[in-house]
Amino acid sequence: MAVLKFTLNGKAQSVDAVPTMPLLWVLRDTLGMTGTKFGCGMSLCGACTVHIDGQPSRSCVTPISAVAGRKVTTIEGLSPDRSHPIQLAWIEEDVPQCGYCQSGQIMTAAALLSKTPHPTDADIDEAMRNNICRCGTYDAMRRALHRAAELQRVGGSR
Amino acid sequence: MNANGALSVNRRNFLRAGATAAGGLLIGFHLPARTSLAAAAPDTAKKLNAWVLVGSDDTVTLFIHKAEMGQGTVTSLSMLLAEELECDWSRIRTEFPGVDRAYGAMQGVVGSQSIRSSYVSLRQAGASAREMLVEAAAQRWGVDKSACRAEKSTVVNTGSDARLSYGSLAEAAARLPVPANVALKEPSQFKIVGKSTKRLDTPGKVDGSTTFGIDVRLPGMLYAVIQRCPVFGGKVASFDDTKTKATPGVKSVVKISNGVAVIAENTWAAMEGRRKLDIQWDEGKVAAFSTPGITQAFAGAVEQDGAAPARSVGDAARALDGAAKKLEAVYQTPYLAHAAMEPLNCTAWVRADRADVWASTQMQSSARQIAAQKSGLPPESVEVHTEYMGGGFGRRGGVDYIGEAVEVAKTVDVPVKLTWSREDDIQHDTYRPASYCRFAGGLDADGWPVAWTASIACTAFGGGANTATEGVRDLAYTVPNFLVNYHNVDPGIPVSYWRSVGYSQNTFFAESFLDEMAHAGGKDPVELRRRLLGKAPRVLAALELAAEKADWGTPLPAGRGRGVSVTNNIGSNTVQIAEVSVAKGKVKVHRVVCAVDCGAVVNPAGVAQQIASGIAFGLSAALKGAITIGNGRVEQGNFHQYDVLRMDEMPQVEVHIVPSQAAPGGIGEASTPGIAPAVSNAIFAACGKRVRQLPIRAEELV
Repeated sequence: MAVLKFTLNGKAQSVDAVPTMPLLWVLRDTLGMTGTKFGCGMSLCGACTVHIDGQPSRSCVTPISAVAGRKVTTIEGLSPDRSHPIQLAWIEEDVPQCGYCQSGQIMTAAALLSKTPHPTDADIDEAMRNNICRCGTYDAMRRALHRAAELQRVGGSR
Repeated sequence: MNANGALSVNRRNFLRAGATAAGGLLIGFHLPARTSLAAAAPDTAKKLNAWVLVGSDDTVTLFIHKAEMGQGTVTSLSMLLAEELECDWSRIRTEFPGVDRAYGAMQGVVGSQSIRSSYVSLRQAGASAREMLVEAAAQRWGVDKSACRAEKSTVVNTGSDARLSYGSLAEAAARLPVPANVALKEPSQFKIVGKSTKRLDTPGKVDGSTTFGIDVRLPGMLYAVIQRCPVFGGKVASFDDTKTKATPGVKSVVKISNGVAVIAENTWAAMEGRRKLDIQWDEGKVAAFSTPGITQAFAGAVEQDGAAPARSVGDAARALDGAAKKLEAVYQTPYLAHAAMEPLNCTAWVRADRADVWASTQMQSSARQIAAQKSGLPPESVEVHTEYMGGGFGRRGGVDYIGEAVEVAKTVDVPVKLTWSREDDIQHDTYRPASYCRFAGGLDADGWPVAWTASIACTAFGGGANTATEGVRDLAYTVPNFLVNYHNVDPGIPVSYWRSVGYSQNTFFAESFLDEMAHAGGKDPVELRRRLLGKAPRVLAALELAAEKADWGTPLPAGRGRGVSVTNNIGSNTVQIAEVSVAKGKVKVHRVVCAVDCGAVVNPAGVAQQIASGIAFGLSAALKGAITIGNGRVEQGNFHQYDVLRMDEMPQVEVHIVPSQAAPGGIGEASTPGIAPAVSNAIFAACGKRVRQLPIRAEELV
């Protein structure tokens, strides 16, 4: 066990954990932040996607020791009130069905939008194709991503 | 916390984990009094019937006795209740109640039944509650009920224009007798039903606040995983847990009926401990089976005569003999896993006199039964807390994982959350059965079908031969001589319900072979279907609508083709036309036009969502899905070996609903069967190669 310090959703966080314990399980089981989901444990489905220093990252294969001193953002910290353009657009387009993959989808989409404010369909395919949705909300997500780009343009970048 | 359950779960803490934010939902928390359906609502709230609770603050809580796995049931059932209740849609809450006889003998979500079984009963529940509120208002004003009307959670005195809110009437209303036979609105009077309505569960699903089963947290809880025998039906012979017990965070190791459970302080520690288990298995007889041998057994079986035909019309053997042209083909499909995104899990807490299970389950009634059986408690002492499901697709109709959790929880005096890994999920599923079908068809001198026979082999479950042959046995087409035989071959691989069940393979078989008959007879595939659907006008109308919207018959560029399929299942009729290109060993599905007649529609937006969803699910299987068996073990483990449809592979789906006021059909499973044959028929149109086995092997096409 070791005490590790990092920034979680803008606040200082310290945890006492086995250094190899993945960030996913620290978030879910140790800290009780269950918005980040377990889907595969092998970086294959994207359900566990969080931002580490702004980059979309798979928390299921990221040892907690690797985030020491870094900034982690989870779905709970994306916005205080569902006001991120991706969240607004996801609500407008009524994207989620079962919703389980959506935290990871939204974190991946938000990272895309911050890097590429006006993504093409090809950009969307490239960024999102490693996030699995079994309900088939892909087309709705594509529409919502384009809508989010529009909302961001009108509302200014967050 | 003690073994008698006099405990100390802090409800506020639990609700913090369980509550979604505004517009969202609260998970019902029924400890310790299981009768209290109102537990999460204001204390002054009054229950008017099993579905409707009105708070003094005018909040209306609707109890959704089904379960939500993405199919939209929370929203559509709320619409049915609210339509007659005349409540303010913007101020409703929903909650999943416990298992209760008031909700029928079997509480669950299977067979695309929710709307079909609730379309009348929930409108009656809403109307009955509304009448009680109106009567209470009439009594307070001293006027006749006919001088009152309900709107937006208020009762209006039409004489004086005075208003009383539902909240102010709830207490008086709850004391009134429940009226019988309240007249329901005509469809033309509907304000909510039939209008595209946004899902109630969206807000909590975009900020991580929705609680799925796997997200349940209770004070003092522990976490568990189970190592099961890799061979189906195998048992633990002996095991050494020395290294497991030395793993940081591991609390205990226990043998249960189907494996060895590791209980730890967190899920990761349990998984780490499990990796270090040394187990000797008694593998049992299924270890003798592998996919090639199973396929061979199917191929042998279909050559036998059926003991009793699953269906027989006319004299198919004689008509085949006399046919001007005869064709034969063999089709096969593999085992499939469900692979819902939320791995199976269940939290259980067993005390001396009661047990609670928190589960994302499609079958609350069965969940209670298995929890009672495994805990040794009477069912009345078991509370099932229904949680949101991260997908179900039929897998969560099984309750094996709930029984496991209870077995594990019996060994400790705190709640335990059992979590399956993705590998557990892929390798210990109850699979869509592999199936094998030999067809023969006979055409007359003009090229029209006069005889059609099918011999199907697969493992029986559910409704046995009926389930195994649905999608071939019950085609809407009229063919004068028709024979379906079925052979049950059971190698011991567990099989069960998978979204659309028997139709998931048989519609591929039948609609593909019908396409073969069309081409053999020189007929256009739509024209042939049109002719055979003379006695099925609703299916025919859906076919005509799809053909029109898909521009059937108009030219396409080289390398592209259109394919059509017809499905009539779950009380609905669905026609799909897929547009596909084949080039350089790749199949690309560009567009799917789907016409659906599912009778009266509650939420058109929900229908469109489910059609696209079912297509994605079926297309995933058609293009990629295969579970294979080697020595009684599943040879795939995670998404790198059991790949599924991705963003860039999703076709554009256009949904056209046939207007209807016929009794509602189902929708969750309507479009899954038809996509594979629509695509494979389009592949034939594009490149002349016939796909007779799934998944499609694109590299063998061009």
